[in-house]
Amino acid sequence: MSSDHFIEFQDVSFAYGDRPILKNINLAIPRGQLVAIMGGSGSGKTTMLRLISGQIRPSRGKVLVGGRDVAAMSHAELFEHRRRMGMLFQFGALFTDLSVEDNVAFPLREHTRLPDSMIRDLVVMKLSAVGLRGTQTLMPAELSGGMARRVALARAIALDPQLMLYDEPFTGLDPISLGVIAHLVKKLNDALGTTAVMVTHDVHKSLDIVDHVYFVSNGEIVAEGSAEEVRASTSPWVHQFVWGEADGPVHFAYPAGSTLEEDLGLKGGRHA
Amino acid sequence: MLDSLLSPIRNLGHMTVNAVWRLGFITRFLLAILRYSGQSLLRFSLTIREIYFAGVLSLIIIVVSGLFVGMVLGLQGYNTLSRFGSADALGALVALSLLRELGPVLAALLFASRAGSAMTAEIGLMKATEQLDAMSVMAVNPIARVVAPRFWAGVISMPILAALFNVMGIFGGYLVGVVMIGLDNGTFWSQMQNNVDLHYDVINGLIKSLCFGVVVTLIAVFEGYDATPTAAGVSSATTRTVVTSALVILAVDFVLTAFMF
Repeated sequence: MSSDHFIEFQDVSFAYGDRPILKNINLAIPRGQLVAIMGGSGSGKTTMLRLISGQIRPSRGKVLVGGRDVAAMSHAELFEHRRRMGMLFQFGALFTDLSVEDNVAFPLREHTRLPDSMIRDLVVMKLSAVGLRGTQTLMPAELSGGMARRVALARAIALDPQLMLYDEPFTGLDPISLGVIAHLVKKLNDALGTTAVMVTHDVHKSLDIVDHVYFVSNGEIVAEGSAEEVRASTSPWVHQFVWGEADGPVHFAYPAGSTLEEDLGLKGGRHA
Repeated sequence: MLDSLLSPIRNLGHMTVNAVWRLGFITRFLLAILRYSGQSLLRFSLTIREIYFAGVLSLIIIVVSGLFVGMVLGLQGYNTLSRFGSADALGALVALSLLRELGPVLAALLFASRAGSAMTAEIGLMKATEQLDAMSVMAVNPIARVVAPRFWAGVISMPILAALFNVMGIFGGYLVGVVMIGLDNGTFWSQMQNNVDLHYDVINGLIKSLCFGVVVTLIAVFEGYDATPTAAGVSSATTRTVVTSALVILAVDFVLTAFMF
């Protein structure tokens, strides 16, 4: 793989106990690209983010970030790796006992020795970048879902990270907030030159902003391509996911061991 | 048939293994807290903030309970002592009961219910809402930033709260014995002064409450950190904190009393 690749998964497998989550994943994400990982619930998308951030270690294979094996990093190296990384959680994960200003200032106060006045200026700049200047004194409970997500985004970019991870950033947002967040993600990625990995279910909005898409199903990459390639794809996986169809290679219904008639007692049961 | 006979034995084995596992886990957790306490105590403002939440906000329940416990002790003590013509010893009885046993134990039980449960719920909710994960991903150790300040706040607050409980209890005994019943003021205090030993009674009582502070706060932060990250998980962790703390306080009290007095 080329050294231009900032993130590489080499034959990565991961399991929780006996339950396999990822199976022999191979992928390479070039530096500076915004890449989406899509797939149904429980397909292993968030697990991939957790492997990149070093929250979990692969059962087999290697996850390389900037050419370094994340699983082989010492505690101190892992924290150093995370200092260069930002992550936007599904519901923001703002610290509920801190104000908006203190939330955004949190990584700056923890990892820099900047004077308070400079930290306050940086917070204002970061909040301004997400369109929330003037909300510094509000508490997380006073914010709407979309605003909380934007504050969390401001916090994630506080240290100008080289790598951004987005865990389902569009979940539960109204169309306006969704559009604003998607636009911000793209704008920030272009402005900071960050490599970004986004786990998402929102196909159409994501295709407008990402450079490349991976489709994951049952722990395997089943399709990939640029936004144009995905839109034009004839792959049944991609087609089912993009058009939200119940029938296709991904089974919507849980594989029950009996028929509906049997469960309702209509055939050979108590009502027969 | 055989299966149903073996089931209780299997359950007992499972519970024993689980209890030993949790004991090992909580010991490792305590070692981790101690390991990262240096980082945490360097930023003592974090601990001060937690002392406010755990200690200062527990003052009302401690002060009011202490007063009433002292008043009840005064009434019960007077009834019993007057039968033997020893009502003058009421001051000593109230003080010794509070300093040696009731003060540390009741203050610890109240602290576990008020501050311990709050710590568990707060840390559990931080886990459920991914705040601890967010901190960890931001290269900030949640044990140093969240757990250690709460632990030390509990350890520092507990003896102070127990001492306040004792003071209020003695004042309650004084109100009943001297103001209400009419015992001699000088006798009440001089009996107390003659019979209470600073090291034997007061210091040992404080050591007891310090030990209770360690176990109650450790249980509270551990249960929060170990909580299943769901509403039901946080709720059951909070209940476990109160129940386990109460049992452990009484057990530790027995052991300490056997060694001290």
